[in-house]
Amino acid sequence: MTTKTLLLAALLAGVALPASVLAQDFDPNASIRIGSLYEPQNLDNTAGAGQGINEAFNGNVYEALFQLTDAGSVEPKLVESYEASEDGLTYTFTLKDGVTFHSGDPLTAADVKYSIERVTAEASKSSRKKSLSTITNIETPDEKTVVITLSARSISLPYNLSYVWIVNDAAADITAVEDGTGPYLLGEWRRGSALALERYEGYWGEAPTNGEVIYTYFTDATALNNALLTNAVDVITSVQSPDSLAQFAGNPAFTVTEGASTTKELLAYNDRVAPFDNVKVRKALARATDKARLLNSIWGDYGTLIGSFVPPTDPWYVDLTGVDAYDVESAKALLAEAGYPDGFEFTLDTPDYDPHPIVAQFLQSEYAKIGVKVNINIITANEWYTKVYQAHDFQATLQEHVNHRDIVFYGNPDFYWGYNNPDVVKLIADAESAGSEAEQVEKLTEANKIIAEDAASNWLYLYPQIVVSAANVTGYPINGLNSQFFAYDIQKSE
Amino acid sequence: MILIASLFIAAIVLFVLLRLLPGDPANALLGVGATQQQIAAARAQVGSDQPLYVQFVSFIGNLARLDLGTSFVSRASVLGEIGNRMSVTLPLTFFGFVVALVLAIPLGILAAVRSDKWYGAAISVISQLGIAIPVFWVGILLVTLFSINLRWLPSGGFPLKGWANFGEAITGMILPSLTIGLVMGASLLRYVRAATLDVLGSDFLRTARALGASFPEALIRHGVRNGAVPVISILGIELASTFLGAVVIERVFSLPGLGSMLLLAIQQRDYPNVQGVLFISTLLVLLIGFAADIAQRLIDPRLRGRGRALA
Repeated sequence: MTTKTLLLAALLAGVALPASVLAQDFDPNASIRIGSLYEPQNLDNTAGAGQGINEAFNGNVYEALFQLTDAGSVEPKLVESYEASEDGLTYTFTLKDGVTFHSGDPLTAADVKYSIERVTAEASKSSRKKSLSTITNIETPDEKTVVITLSARSISLPYNLSYVWIVNDAAADITAVEDGTGPYLLGEWRRGSALALERYEGYWGEAPTNGEVIYTYFTDATALNNALLTNAVDVITSVQSPDSLAQFAGNPAFTVTEGASTTKELLAYNDRVAPFDNVKVRKALARATDKARLLNSIWGDYGTLIGSFVPPTDPWYVDLTGVDAYDVESAKALLAEAGYPDGFEFTLDTPDYDPHPIVAQFLQSEYAKIGVKVNINIITANEWYTKVYQAHDFQATLQEHVNHRDIVFYGNPDFYWGYNNPDVVKLIADAESAGSEAEQVEKLTEANKIIAEDAASNWLYLYPQIVVSAANVTGYPINGLNSQFFAYDIQKSE
Repeated sequence: MILIASLFIAAIVLFVLLRLLPGDPANALLGVGATQQQIAAARAQVGSDQPLYVQFVSFIGNLARLDLGTSFVSRASVLGEIGNRMSVTLPLTFFGFVVALVLAIPLGILAAVRSDKWYGAAISVISQLGIAIPVFWVGILLVTLFSINLRWLPSGGFPLKGWANFGEAITGMILPSLTIGLVMGASLLRYVRAATLDVLGSDFLRTARALGASFPEALIRHGVRNGAVPVISILGIELASTFLGAVVIERVFSLPGLGSMLLLAIQQRDYPNVQGVLFISTLLVLLIGFAADIAQRLIDPRLRGRGRALA
C-alpha cells in the first residue's frame, strides 16, 4: 500500500495514523539522486551511447516487450500474451491496452515493428543486433498484434527482445530526445554532468514511489564516494574502488548491499596460437593461479570465485570451481607433459585501467613459480579494441566481460580468443533452436562444463556488484543485470 | 596574420598527432560482441575509413567555414558543446586567476620589501612549497578538509540547471578555484617578488626618494608600473596554463568543463571533439598572449615603438 492510499484510507475511516507510521514512511514526491560513473554519451541505445543509457533509461524511460528483472528472469512487460507456433518459427504477440508514449500517442503494433527494425538496421550499433538476425519478417495484422517470423528457432527471442526499446515510430532521431512508454520522462539533461527523469503522470502501470530521479555523473570514483559521504547523492549504482568500502561499511548512515554481478575478470588466451593452442598448457596456468588469494587481495571479502564463464545468475550455471583447482605441483607436471618442462615466456596485453595492471602483476609472480615468464604490456582500452578484439594480434590478455548470458561467445570460433571446439559450437547453436527452455538449459550447461574442462580461458573471479546508499533510501535494484538500474521502486524517507 | 598562421600550424599538428595515436573511434561506438560488419559500418559513418588526406582536406575546409562538425559519439554539435562547457571552464579560470592575483601581488611585494624579516622569508618558503605540490593533490586536500570533514562546501559536481541555479553553481566553483588559485598564485608570487626586488634596487626609485617621495609613495607611483612589465608577460603565460590546468581540476571535482570533454574525447578517439576543444583552446591561448602584449605596451611607453615590428 502506498502512502497516498494509506492516507486516503485513514481519512475515509476517520482515524488518525500513528505518528510512527508517518515518520517511517517514504516521501512519494522525493527526488532520488543517483551517483554513477557511466554517463550516457547520447540517448539512443542503438547509437553507441554506452552502458550508461541502459542504467538510466531501461525500464525507467523506455520499456520493452519483455523485461529482464533484477532477479534475472524474463517477464512480459508491454505484451499481454504471446504464443509460438508448433515449429517455433512464428511468434504472435498481443500488446497491452492503454499504453501511451510520453508524447501522448498510443502504443501500436507499428511502433513495435519500427523499434525492432531500428535494432536490426544497417546503421545500428546495438550489441544485440546479431542475436536478432534470425528475424526474417514482422507483420502487424492489427493495431495490437505483432507477428514475427524467424528463419530458425530462437528460444531466446523473448530474452533478446528485452533489450529492444519500444520507441514511438513517429520519433525520428532519439539521440537527444526520447519518446518511450516508461514511468519516467526525460527532464533536464546536462552533458558531462547530470540527467533528470520526472515521473510520467500518464503511465499505464503502477506509479513510481518517488517524484523524480537525478543521475549525476562522475569521472572519478573517489569524487563519487565523496559525493555520497557529503550527502550530495543518495545512492551509488556500482562501487568500483574496493578501498573506499571501508568508509561506508559499518557506518549506520549508509547501507552497503552486495548483489550478483555478471562481470567476469578473465585471462583470455589466444587459443589459436602456441603454446595456448595446447589444452594442457591452459590447464596448467589455471592450476597455477591462486584465485582465492587474488580475489581477496583486490576485493577483500567481496566477489565470487567462478570455474567458468557462467555466473550464478545465468540459468546454465553449475559450480565448476573444482575443475583445475589451485595446485602448483600438478601445474608443473602438466606443463612438462605438454612439452614445456622449463616453462615458456608470453606477453600479456593488459588494459591500463583497474584492476587489470594489478591482476597482471599477480599473475606474473604466480607463473614465475612454474617457470613461466610473463611480459606485461600495458595498453589503452582503445588499443585493446583494435589490436586484440579486431586484429587478434595477441598471445594473452586481461579483460572484464560484463554481459549477461554471454557464454555464446565460446560458440563463435571467430571471437577474439579463438576458442574452437566443434562440440561446443554445436551445443550452443542447438541450445538456441531448442524446443523448450529446459532443453536450452541442458545444452548450455553441457557446453559450460566442456569449456571449463578445456580451460578455454582462465576465469579469475566474478566482480561483486556493490550498491551503497544513504540509510534512508531503499528499494533500488541490487544486481543491476545488464547495467539496468530501475528507479521506480526507490523510496526515500524524510 | 600571425594569429591565423599560428592557428593553421596548430590545426595541422593536432590532426597529425591525433591520427598517430593508436585506436579507432569504432571502439567507443561499439562494444564487445560487435560484428566486423558493424565495425566497418561505424567506420564508414564517421569517415575514419577514408584516406588521411581526404580526412585532412575536409577538416581544414570545415575549419575555414568555422564548422567544427558533430561528435562521433554523442552526435551533438561540437561548437555548441564547447559553448556549454565554456560556461564552466571560463568562470573557473577567471576565479582561479583572481585568487592567484589577490594572493600573489600583495604577498609578493611584501616578501620583497620585507625580505629581511622572518615573514618575508616564510612567504618565499611557502610559495616554493606551493610550486612543488601537484595541483590535483591540493584539490584532494581541500576536499578532505572543507567537504568531508567540515562539510562547508560541496566536494564536486555542477548543478543540473547550471548557472540558473546560481547559488549551487557558485559554491561548486569555490574549491576548484581555490585549488587553481593557490598553486598558480605560488608561482606568480615568486615573479612578483623578483620584479619588486629589481625595482627596489633601481636608480629611479632612489632618485624618487631623494626628491622627497616617501617609500610607499615612490613604490606605488614608480615601482609598481615598472615591476608590472615582466609580471604581465608571466601573467599571460600563467593565465594560459591555468586554462589548461583546468583539465586536471575538472576531473578531481567532476566538473563538466572543456577539460573533461577533452579527456573523454581522447579516450573515445572522438576526433571532432578533440580537434574542436584543442583548436578553441589554442585560439584562446594565442589571444591571451596578444592581450598580455598589448597590456605591456599600454603600461610601458618604451615598448610602443616595437609595436609595428611585432604585428
